[in-house]
Amino acid sequence: MLNDVIFGQYYPVRSFVHNMDPRAKILFVIAYIVAIFLADNFYALAAVTLFLIVAVLASRVPFGRVLRSVKMILFLIIFTAILNLFFYAGNELHVIWQWKFITLSWEAVINTVFLAFRLFLLVMGTSVLTLTTAPVPLTDGIESLLTPLKWIKFPVHELALIMSIALRFIPTLMDETNRIVAAQKARGANFETGGLIKRAKAVVPVLIPLLVSAFRRAEDLGDAMDARCYSGAKGRTKYKKLVFTWRDLVGALLLAALIAGVVLLNVYLGGKFAILDAFL
Amino acid sequence: MEAVRLENVKFAYREGEGSYAVNGVTLSVEEGEFVAVLGRNGSGKSTLAKMINALLIPTEGRAIVFGLDTADEKNTFEIRKSAGMVFQNPDNQTVASIVEDDVAFGPENIGLPREEIGRRIGFALDAVGMSAFRSATPSRLSGGQKQRIAIAGVLAVLPKIMILDESTAMLDPKGRREVMDVVKKLNKERGMTVIFITHFMDEALEADRAVVMHRGETVMDGTPREIFSRSDELEMYGLALPRAAYISKKLAEGGMPVGGAFRAEDLAEEICASLQKA
Amino acid sequence: MRIVAKGLTYTYNPRSPFAVQALKGVDITIEEGEFFGIIGHTGSGKSTFLQHLNALVRLTGGYLKVGEYDLSSKKCDVLGLRAKVGMVFQYPEYQLFAETVEKDVMFGLKNFCRDMGEEEMRSAVREALETVGLDYEEVRDRSPFELSGGQKRRAAIAGVIVTKPEVLILDEPAAGLDPLGKKEIMQLLHGIHGGWCKTVVIVSHDMDEIAENCTRAAVFSEGKVVMEDTPAAIFARSDELLLLGLDIPVTAKCARILKERGIALDTDFTSDDLIRKVLAAYAARKEGRGC
Repeated sequence: MLNDVIFGQYYPVRSFVHNMDPRAKILFVIAYIVAIFLADNFYALAAVTLFLIVAVLASRVPFGRVLRSVKMILFLIIFTAILNLFFYAGNELHVIWQWKFITLSWEAVINTVFLAFRLFLLVMGTSVLTLTTAPVPLTDGIESLLTPLKWIKFPVHELALIMSIALRFIPTLMDETNRIVAAQKARGANFETGGLIKRAKAVVPVLIPLLVSAFRRAEDLGDAMDARCYSGAKGRTKYKKLVFTWRDLVGALLLAALIAGVVLLNVYLGGKFAILDAFL
Repeated sequence: MEAVRLENVKFAYREGEGSYAVNGVTLSVEEGEFVAVLGRNGSGKSTLAKMINALLIPTEGRAIVFGLDTADEKNTFEIRKSAGMVFQNPDNQTVASIVEDDVAFGPENIGLPREEIGRRIGFALDAVGMSAFRSATPSRLSGGQKQRIAIAGVLAVLPKIMILDESTAMLDPKGRREVMDVVKKLNKERGMTVIFITHFMDEALEADRAVVMHRGETVMDGTPREIFSRSDELEMYGLALPRAAYISKKLAEGGMPVGGAFRAEDLAEEICASLQKA
Repeated sequence: MRIVAKGLTYTYNPRSPFAVQALKGVDITIEEGEFFGIIGHTGSGKSTFLQHLNALVRLTGGYLKVGEYDLSSKKCDVLGLRAKVGMVFQYPEYQLFAETVEKDVMFGLKNFCRDMGEEEMRSAVREALETVGLDYEEVRDRSPFELSGGQKRRAAIAGVIVTKPEVLILDEPAAGLDPLGKKEIMQLLHGIHGGWCKTVVIVSHDMDEIAENCTRAAVFSEGKVVMEDTPAAIFARSDELLLLGLDIPVTAKCARILKERGIALDTDFTSDDLIRKVLAAYAARKEGRGC
């Protein structure tokens, strides 16, 4: 049952974004991240936001669901924001408040908002990828994109196989963990109370059987793979082939437009502190 | 044609200790035969099975599959292509998170073109009655369904022999029946040679031939009926008669003119007949 | 200890798209002293019910009392309950973890009986191992992982019965064992039943096992108890069981066919009883002709 939590990232509906090629989606996310870091003023960030909104709408994933992924790293965002707010150093600062070596300036405020905004966009964008791409196609996409690395003898096939087998065994091992925890609880094990050392010790009766079982499973799987004629990447074909479609073309065009837009906005509307001149 | 020939094979997991998991087995299986291998846990059944598709190489003796010696590494790939194997734990045999990808694994390994793999998946899933689950996630299927997927994964390579190593041991009765039905169909309709390892006595009844193993040796070999008629011997090897056969035997001991029934249906017929004659 | 459940409900992942209602109002009473059987498909809710008996899932709906322990009360002494209700999971050998068999078996004792002395614990371990048919001196210092499959299962059961629970619950204790191993496990259970272990509850897919061993049984289907009676009464309703997609014992299959042929046997569906009744019918017919 807990599996669903792990794989819960994937939001199973049919949509424009879901139907895109995983390789294209991975590349688009990279381009999107580039756009975020290129953006140097709020207008450019607004353009990225607009793109994000379009992407989320096209993915048919509810906004709330996408927002939930931000919640997980909210702490990180707040933490960096606070650090930034009080320890921002610049040449000419419009100081608001000062105490010893801590300074609060308008620049710091703007910089912090900018940074938090960027992080927010970053997390929202990448979670659109994981929300619309199931783990298996995602691994396939990564494998396919890494293929050029084969030239430098990087074990791309093995890596992809390991990833997909790991994905495949997560639910099995989760179930197993639950079973062992329940069995040891029935024998009086206590996982809920006690100090750190006591709790760490309490994990042993779960960890050891889990490891033993994982090894046994690995051995079985090895036999099963051998029996099914597995002998490495050599001479192996692939059943699933990824194909780019018109959707990916649309995505590529939109992203190209976004990056071009961000660059133009940067050039014509100045840096992020330009708005300060208007007010102060 | 002879599908499998084991010539006095021995196997020791730790060499030099002198304790053999399989200790001198000679066995020949004809193409198209359905052989059940019975025996207690630890009697050497699984070790024997693994020697048939070169997962284990005999320490002594020879294992020959369709004329190819398993000891020669050049033969390994061909042998595994012709002798497929399904294992005990339904959770430990699937490599992919989607049924069709898992079934594709074998055909991919032997380097088939894409279109052919697609056809093989269709054929294999159809043969095990799992076509509707082509895009399902194996971890959400029942044990019996998982084992049928494992069978499909083996079938997709088009083997001539299918070895099932206690593949029903961890299933509930429904799952066991599902697997048994599929295996019987493959044997009857496609002439698949089946080597079925089990300790469920009633499953052995479906086979043409039963071999009993005890302490690494084959101690009984015959039709299931012959084997079950030697109940004292079976008991000696830690096996028990199917319950219907046990009841039939007890009735005969009680003076009724019955004997030879192994299934509930036959038992009822026997009782009926002898009561009417009485 | 008497086990009473009324209207027990349970939902996994409530309020989520993955919500599954596993129990939909379970009513059941298991009296002290019974050898109780639980029958049902995988997914019928029987495992979820068993987990409730040991407070391994939180009671969310309905009423459940195990002896004096009221599971619906927040103040329920969970550790005390678990000490009195032993639970053997499916394939219990997969929970072995300690370096030696002795330490593994002692785990429960150390958790439940904290003020027990080392010597006393040792003798309890010895007794538990001997009860399951293992030689204490031979296995105590061995790693549990070195034992054979059947021995591992026994050692794991010893690890549960070492605290002498009044109620012993076993989820398919004989699964995966060969015929002799199965027989030995059932003999072991009968051996302890009636002594310190007053009640035994087993889950089994093997209807013959239920027919031969249980005093009463319950049939789970789709999160409810649809039958609760003696095996004789349950298997007399074999048509309904077959409709639920469940198996029936060989004896019941045989009796069904005989009944169709006009031979009604009043049997409790154990092999011995069926044999007796058939032989009696045979003798009666022979005599009838003789007259």
